[in-house]
Amino acid sequence: MMDAKLKQESPPDPARKNAMGLLARATLDELNAAWEALADKPDVHPVRGPETGLVMVRGRIGGGGDPFNLGEATVSRATIRLSTGEIGHGQLLGTDRQRARLAAIFDALAQRDGNSAEVEALLGRVADRLAQEERRKAEETAATRVDFFTMVRGDD
Amino acid sequence: MYVAVKGGETAIANAHRLLADRRRGDRNLPSITIDQVVEQLGLAVDRVMAEASLYDRALAALAVRQARGDMIEAIFILRAYRTTLPRFGYSEPVDTANMKVERRVSATYKDLPGGQLLGPTFDYTHRLLDPSLIADEAVEEPAVKEPGEHVMRVSDILDGEGLIEGDGQMPEGHVMGDLTREPMEFPMARDLRLQALARGDEGFLLALAYSTQRGYGRTHPFVGEVRIGEVEVELDLPELGFAVSLGTIRVTECQMVNQFMGSAKQPPQFTRGYGLVFGQSERKAMSMSLVDRALRTDEFNEDIVAPAQDQEFVISHADNVQATGFVEHLKLPHYVDFQAELDLVRRMRRDYDAANSGETAKEQREAAE
Repeated sequence: MMDAKLKQESPPDPARKNAMGLLARATLDELNAAWEALADKPDVHPVRGPETGLVMVRGRIGGGGDPFNLGEATVSRATIRLSTGEIGHGQLLGTDRQRARLAAIFDALAQRDGNSAEVEALLGRVADRLAQEERRKAEETAATRVDFFTMVRGDD
Repeated sequence: MYVAVKGGETAIANAHRLLADRRRGDRNLPSITIDQVVEQLGLAVDRVMAEASLYDRALAALAVRQARGDMIEAIFILRAYRTTLPRFGYSEPVDTANMKVERRVSATYKDLPGGQLLGPTFDYTHRLLDPSLIADEAVEEPAVKEPGEHVMRVSDILDGEGLIEGDGQMPEGHVMGDLTREPMEFPMARDLRLQALARGDEGFLLALAYSTQRGYGRTHPFVGEVRIGEVEVELDLPELGFAVSLGTIRVTECQMVNQFMGSAKQPPQFTRGYGLVFGQSERKAMSMSLVDRALRTDEFNEDIVAPAQDQEFVISHADNVQATGFVEHLKLPHYVDFQAELDLVRRMRRDYDAANSGETAKEQREAAE
């Protein structure tokens, strides 16, 4: 496995990108439970935040054209450093700075050997929940699909 | 002369205390929670987020509650709050083609990939008051069915034949504008107009959209599609060199398809108006798309003959926070201004009376002679 520093300088890292996306959607309960379950809790040093600010959300003209500014969203973010050196970033929609800090911790842990099973377990739980919620919504929407049928008119 | 400028403090403090009391209402009733507002008055929350131009359900619900349900007051409060926060950056543009669709209807194609998905709509209800809500009867779980294929964008279907204009490109070298960073200037480019319309007052845009249908700047519209659902918000992290997801937001998108007869330079084809709004609000998204199309007069060499086509008129008056500020400021003390005006009118009246009584005396003299 690459060391944390090298990994950060590398171009798009699909595994980390995916993990950060899941951490952004983890609930406070999920994050807290995973933290409590950690056998070996690391020392965490704040680097930046946690803090709340705004991100200007952009859309595209016509859906796929040039970008325009749609409006802002609240975002909370945190950057932390583990005593073992790994840097973690957490960033998510909303004003929950506690979640952002925990997300940063798990982002850092994901880069450290030794904790990967616990981090994977958390990511797996979040991914399963999201997939279930998404599936449920898609099914509910599908039930409202119109099944057209054509009426036969005129003489038999 | 000395003018009284003090003395309001106690009255103001007590007025706000009274406001807090009236907001709380009957203490024998349970206080409404933020979660309840988010869950049960979700479309009010969505409207506040859209027009405050700030996506945050919990804060918008707090604003609704604080404003006693006065939407524009809630929008004002949330808009004011956003000025206290730092800007972290700009997101990647949201990808509405990959929306997790909760509703999608098209008025132009009956059978289209993905189908007509009605979702949680008020359409086809009879708009009869429902007494079962008073009794708070149990509500059925939604029906479920196996999901179908990917919900294809209608504009992509027509695009295959070249009969519809593309998604919308700005002129080459155009730098995307941001209304929250630069003062308004006219003529205004389409990207800035869309930003202004996205946070514009729903009622104002609805009225303008309606006016185009009634003949004041007709655009021959069809709803290509309206879709509602969640899209991912991604932010580029310079520290990492790639964009990461911050979570999802719900948006409503409307693709309006409009007739266009063509010009010397352009062949006859369908043109488009675009609407994109925070939350679930198809009335707003549809109105926005109609007004967007009406405002594109310069692109199609159309004469500006109606209010909805006049971008300075539309954009300057679409923001309800600005509008309410200027209209409502009239009730604040204008004692000195008014004293000055009163003095002026009294003087003019004296002159008028003097001139008039002179006239009358002259007339009487003439009549007597």
